[in-house]
Amino acid sequence: MPKRLVIKDIEKCVGCGLCMFACSSRRGIIGNDYSAILPVSLSGFERGATVIFCRACKEAPCVQVCPTNALVQKKAGGVIFREELCIGCGNCIDACMIGAIFRRSDGKPAVCIHCGYCAKFCPHGVLAYEEVEAF
Amino acid sequence: MRVLKIDLSRYRYEVEDRRDLFEEWIGGTGVAVQLLKEELDPNVDPLSEENVIVFARGPFTPAYPLASKTVAMFKSPLTGNLGESHAGGRTAVAIANAGYGAVVIKGRSKKPVYIVIDNDKVYFKDARVIWGIADSLIVGRIIAEKEGGRGIRTVMRIGGGGERLVRFACVTTETYRHFGRMGLGAVFGSKNLKALVVIGRGGFKVRDKAGYNEIYREILKLSLESDAMKKYHLLGTAVNVKPLNVIKALPTRNLKSTTFEGTDDISGEAFAEFNLGRRIACSHCPIACIHLATLRIPYEGEPYFYKTIMISYDYELIYSLGSMLGVGDRDGLLRLIHRVEYYGLDAMSTGVCLAWATEALERNLVSKDETIVDLKFGDFKGYMEAIDYIVKQPNEFYRILAQGVEKASDVYGGKDFALAFGKNEMPGYHVGYATHIGYLIGLRHSHLDNAGYALDQKIGGDVKPEEIVDRLVKEEQWRQVLSSLVVCFFARGVYKPELVVKAFKPLGIETSEDELMEKGRRIYKEKIRLKVKMGFDVDSLRIPKRILETECMHGRLNEEYIKRALKYWKEKYVVS
Repeated sequence: MPKRLVIKDIEKCVGCGLCMFACSSRRGIIGNDYSAILPVSLSGFERGATVIFCRACKEAPCVQVCPTNALVQKKAGGVIFREELCIGCGNCIDACMIGAIFRRSDGKPAVCIHCGYCAKFCPHGVLAYEEVEAF
Repeated sequence: MRVLKIDLSRYRYEVEDRRDLFEEWIGGTGVAVQLLKEELDPNVDPLSEENVIVFARGPFTPAYPLASKTVAMFKSPLTGNLGESHAGGRTAVAIANAGYGAVVIKGRSKKPVYIVIDNDKVYFKDARVIWGIADSLIVGRIIAEKEGGRGIRTVMRIGGGGERLVRFACVTTETYRHFGRMGLGAVFGSKNLKALVVIGRGGFKVRDKAGYNEIYREILKLSLESDAMKKYHLLGTAVNVKPLNVIKALPTRNLKSTTFEGTDDISGEAFAEFNLGRRIACSHCPIACIHLATLRIPYEGEPYFYKTIMISYDYELIYSLGSMLGVGDRDGLLRLIHRVEYYGLDAMSTGVCLAWATEALERNLVSKDETIVDLKFGDFKGYMEAIDYIVKQPNEFYRILAQGVEKASDVYGGKDFALAFGKNEMPGYHVGYATHIGYLIGLRHSHLDNAGYALDQKIGGDVKPEEIVDRLVKEEQWRQVLSSLVVCFFARGVYKPELVVKAFKPLGIETSEDELMEKGRRIYKEKIRLKVKMGFDVDSLRIPKRILETECMHGRLNEEYIKRALKYWKEKYVVS
C-alpha cells in the first residue's frame, strides 16, 4: 500500500505552520517559498485553523492541464513533479479546486509529493504519514 | 536585509538595503531604535503627521520556532515618550517572507486608507467605506475576505478605539494578538490608517543545512519536552491568578487590596475547566499559548437562541478587567474582555482607568454627571457601558479619561490612587520593590520587560535598592537581545545565550555570548538616549501613593527606598 500524508484529526490544528516551514526546509530553504502545505484560519482564528495540501487525486486535474508533462499521474493517486520540464504556466494552480498547489517565487508550482517530512514536525497530531488503501 | 519605507502623505514607497543596521543591531528592538533615530524628530506631537512607526523582525524569523514577534516602535501618544509594543500572530513571518527586515510608516493620508504590502508591491487602498466600523473583528474579516494571501499574511487593524484616538488604543493582528500598549492604535488612527496587510511568500537558502536542522530540532525539543515553557503549554499565563492572590500580590479594586475573594472563579483553572474552547498558535510556535474561551450568551427576549463567541484570555486581562475592577463573575469578565477586543483597546490601561474612575466617584472627586454610569466595583454591566463611553467620548470626562489615568488625575485629582508609571497604566503585579522599581525604570513600562515581580519572589525584602537596580538592568539588557532577536519572552528559558550563539552559526553569522551581552548593553543605552531626547526625566517620575499604602510581599513599601533606587539608576545608567 502507498504511504501518504494524511489528516488524523483536523480539529486539532492550531495553525502554527510548522508543517509549512518544514516543507521548505526539506529543500534547504528558510521561509515558505517551496512549501506545498498551507496553514490557514477558518475565516478568522475564532473558528480555528486547518491545513491545505494535495489530497492525491487518482484522476488529477493538475496533471491533465499540464502542457509539458512536468506533472505525472501516480497510479495510486497523487503526482510526480518533474521540475526541469516545468515552464511555470500556472495551469495546475488554477486547476486544483481545493487550492492545494502554490506558486514559488520562480513561477513554478509547489506541490505536495507526499514525502511525509512535515508530519514529523506537527506538534499536535494533526498530520501523519502512513499507508493508505488506494480508493 | 531590506527596509521598506512607506510615506502616507505622498502615497509612495521605497526599499533600502540596510544590512549594516541588522549586522550591528541584530534586528527587532535594536534596529527599530536606530530607524526611529534616523526618521523621527523626537520633539513632534505623537498624533501629528510627523510621527513615525517602525515594525521590525529579527534574524531568526522565520528560520526558527518561537522567534515570531514583531517590535513596533513609535512616539507614544499616551506617554509622550518612546512607545514600544510587541505582538505575535503572523506579522513577523509575513514581513520576513515578503523580503523585509523592517517596515517604516511615515506621514498621514488625506483620506482613510489601508495598506497592502504584497511581497515587492505596496498598494494604498481606499478605506473610506470601512472607516467608522468600531468592531476590529469585523474590520479584520472584511479585509481578509477582500484581499489575497490567505495563510501567509497578517492583517493588522484598528477598531473604534484607534479611530477615536483613545491614547491607549491598540493594533490587533490575527484577531487575538495585539500591539497592545502605549497607543499604537491611536497613531494609526491619526494617520488615517485603518489597517496594514502584509502578504509574504519567499525564502532563502540556508548556509549549513545539516547544522541548521540539528539546532532546529534542539529548539523544538526544548520547547516541547523540557519545563522551559510548561507554564504556557498548560493553563497559559492565567495560571498566575491563584498564586499571586496567595502571596498577596493580585491588584484588586484599584489596588486597595491585593487579595480577591473572587479568585477561584476567575483563575486559570476555572477558565480551563468551564470555558476553554480552543487553543491557537502564533506562526512557527508549537506551544499554542493563545487560550480561547467559549462564551454562550442568550439573545435578549428570545428563548432558545444563543450566540457563541470565542474570547482570548490571558493573565493581564483577568487582572485589569477582573480583580482590579472587583469583577468575579467569569462570564461578565469575558464580556468585558470581548468589549475591549471589539474596540481595539489596551485591556490593562482600560481596566486601570476604570478602576481609578470608580474610586474617584466613590470619593466624590467626580459625580455621576461626569461618569454617566454609576460605576461600582464588581458591576461589570456598568463597566461595559463605560468602555463604550471611553471610545465614543460623549462628554469632557470621557474625552479626558480616554487620554489615560495620568491625564485624568491631572484634571480631576486623585493622583494618589492613579496607578500609572511613566504615564502608563500599571500591569498586574504588586509583589514588592523590584516590581515597582522595574515599572519605573523599565524601558517599555510593561512588566514583560523588567522581570521585577520574579526578582521580588527570589530576593525577599532585605536587599539594597542598588542591587535591585543592577539586577533589573542586567536582565533587561539581555532582554534587549531577546527582543532584537524577536524571540517570544515566554521562550526565554529556551533561548539561553549559548543556544542563541549556536543558532546563528548555520545562518552564516559568527558571534559569541560576550558579543551578544555587549550588544544588549549598547541597545539599552541607545534606547535610554532616545528616551531622553524625547524628554524623559527620571526626576519627574511619579510614585503613586497607593503602592506605598497597600501591603505587598515586602510589607509596606518605603518611598525613600524607591527614590534611592531611582537616584542610583539615574547616576549609573541614564546618560544625558
